Amino acid sequence: MTDVLTPAPTSDDASPARRSLAARVLGHQLLWPVLAMGLMVVIDVLANPNFLDIRIVDGHLYGNPIDIVRNSAPVLLVALGMTLVIATRGIDLSVGAVAAIAAAVACTRIVEASDEGAASAAILACTTALAVCVLLGVWNGFLVAVLGIQPIIATLVLMVAGRGIALLVTDGQISTPTNETFSGLASGHVLGLPIAFLIAIGMVVLTALLTRRTALGMLIEAVGINPDASRLAGVRARTITWTVYVFAAVCAGIAGLIIAANTNSVNAETLGLWIELDAILAVVIGGTALTGGRFSLAGTVVGALLIATLARTIPNIGIPSEANYVFKAVVVVVVCLLQSPRARAALRVRSRRTSEPKAAIA
Amino acid sequence: MSATTAPSGATARWDRVRTYAPPSRYLPVIGTFALFVGMFGIGGIQYDEFADTQNLLNLLRDNSFLIVLAVGMTFVILTGGIDLSVGSVAALSTMVLAKTLEMGWSTYAAMGAVLLAGTLFGALMGLLIHYLDIQPFIATLAGLFLARGITYLISTDQIPITNEKFFELAFKQVTLAGGYFTYWSVVVALLTVVVAAYVLARTRFGRTVYAVGGNEGSAMLMGLRVGAVKVGVYAISGFCAALAGILYGLFLLSGNSRAGIGWELDAIAAVVIGGTLLTGGRGFVIGSFIGVLVLGTIQTLINFEGSLDPAWIRIAIGVLLLVFVVIQRLMTRRQT
Repeated sequence: MTDVLTPAPTSDDASPARRSLAARVLGHQLLWPVLAMGLMVVIDVLANPNFLDIRIVDGHLYGNPIDIVRNSAPVLLVALGMTLVIATRGIDLSVGAVAAIAAAVACTRIVEASDEGAASAAILACTTALAVCVLLGVWNGFLVAVLGIQPIIATLVLMVAGRGIALLVTDGQISTPTNETFSGLASGHVLGLPIAFLIAIGMVVLTALLTRRTALGMLIEAVGINPDASRLAGVRARTITWTVYVFAAVCAGIAGLIIAANTNSVNAETLGLWIELDAILAVVIGGTALTGGRFSLAGTVVGALLIATLARTIPNIGIPSEANYVFKAVVVVVVCLLQSPRARAALRVRSRRTSEPKAAIA
Repeated sequence: MSATTAPSGATARWDRVRTYAPPSRYLPVIGTFALFVGMFGIGGIQYDEFADTQNLLNLLRDNSFLIVLAVGMTFVILTGGIDLSVGSVAALSTMVLAKTLEMGWSTYAAMGAVLLAGTLFGALMGLLIHYLDIQPFIATLAGLFLARGITYLISTDQIPITNEKFFELAFKQVTLAGGYFTYWSVVVALLTVVVAAYVLARTRFGRTVYAVGGNEGSAMLMGLRVGAVKVGVYAISGFCAALAGILYGLFLLSGNSRAGIGWELDAIAAVVIGGTLLTGGRGFVIGSFIGVLVLGTIQTLINFEGSLDPAWIRIAIGVLLLVFVVIQRLMTRRQT
């Protein structure tokens, strides 16, 4: 039955330029993720009729939808950086470790500050943490852009060593800072909306303006399509690659700060564990191909929201939240199959075979 | 002619010995082996009992599961792929083993089921990768999530193994000459290395693995069975991950749903340090084996030192990985 719903007919159209609105919607890369998200919300409402209720407490919005957008912030931030890295045909495996280092640096700085609760202590600590992230990004960029090491391996080095560094920073302890300003990163609200989500969306808007209103996005895509050709065409491929890794590290750092602020603690072993995989998943769901050369920021936002909705749906319908991983695996495979030209072709042949006899009868 | 060459024969032989250089393809493995001997030697000079044969045997035992994982990973990386799922599959294996034993399965039936399940799991990922064109990174990422999710569904806690036969296997010692002893898990791990080395060096399957890693398109045009081999290497990796899970079960005597987090990284690191090119086509199982021993020696050295934070283990592995990756890069740059 679902075979009939595949977007196969759209690409059979004669000219893609003159496709009808319906065909454009059916063929849009975000159709499936958005439909999947809608389906999950429907299931949620069926399981719990109050699921979509949003109530106002003390002028702040509360409720499941607000929680979903709040919880999506760290993955969204990491995925944002990852999108640009993947657009240059790279990948950054070290983001989880970078997040852990950023959180470790910020928390230990706050704990060591003379006045632990002061706002200035939190701001100073976060700035230091982000400065460290810039250095880590420069390191990754150096390995990839200057030494020309495969991105997956170059960033693997920091992925392996990073948690060791974070453990050294926290001295192997789970440090627990008490600072209102810092915990406000995760639990605070502005205009009734969670600050964490506002930060993430702010970064997305900023990135969208920078890449889509200037030539930067096109240059990034050019590097992703062919670094050598773009360099010969006068694009500073090396600088762009480098910048992108620094950006990814800073995004990961902010995500790490939000995660640490959420629990007011940092555990260097587990903070941001597998967040790089979630981020890659969000990027892939959003339709950005891992082969580079093309990226979609809107897709990444949808991907991150989809993952957060999934994480909320599983416990809501009474499945233990650890089962989350099973569903994530299913989502990865289904999305990849829908995007894979070969799987699409296989489905198309089958649906045509089944539809032909029907047409003959009609 | 023969009269003139006869006297110079001795010097020619000496020249051959003097100017002997091992084939360049063995150089990375030799380098890693030298590193291992050097590190072990430093440990031996620094600490009493470090260079003891028993310590070497303990090193093998503590890393038996990682050796098996690295062997499977070598196959995958030789074809130019990667397998991120091995840590999760190993964890799933320990849990399935513990659960089936708890349900009263016989030890060998439980082990057989685990190995079969691991192999099928790997083969399934291989099918996705080869026939549906999903990138190895993504397909095995899905495998990572799936295996870990099923593990958590079985139980989020430890399941102790109380099977008598299993205990017997875990503690049965193999006595070696000179009063040394080791355990069966070490024998299994070494056997895996030998079998894998034989398969890669001497069989048609092994040759095709190298051919696919060298250039998949060419291998396809040569009429080699690229599909079967690509699915095969992931099946082998899945089998090895399941076997590693069993060995870890013998080591811990329990199933642990949080086992094996990050093992895929250790396995990849060991393969890289062992001199296998990540782009595929070049490398040896024996290199990965020595790579695991190098990682294990770092751990032992830092444990023996005592004053060093264990966090340095991860940093040292990262630095070592970096050094080898940069050397690899310089070597391939020179050749192309």
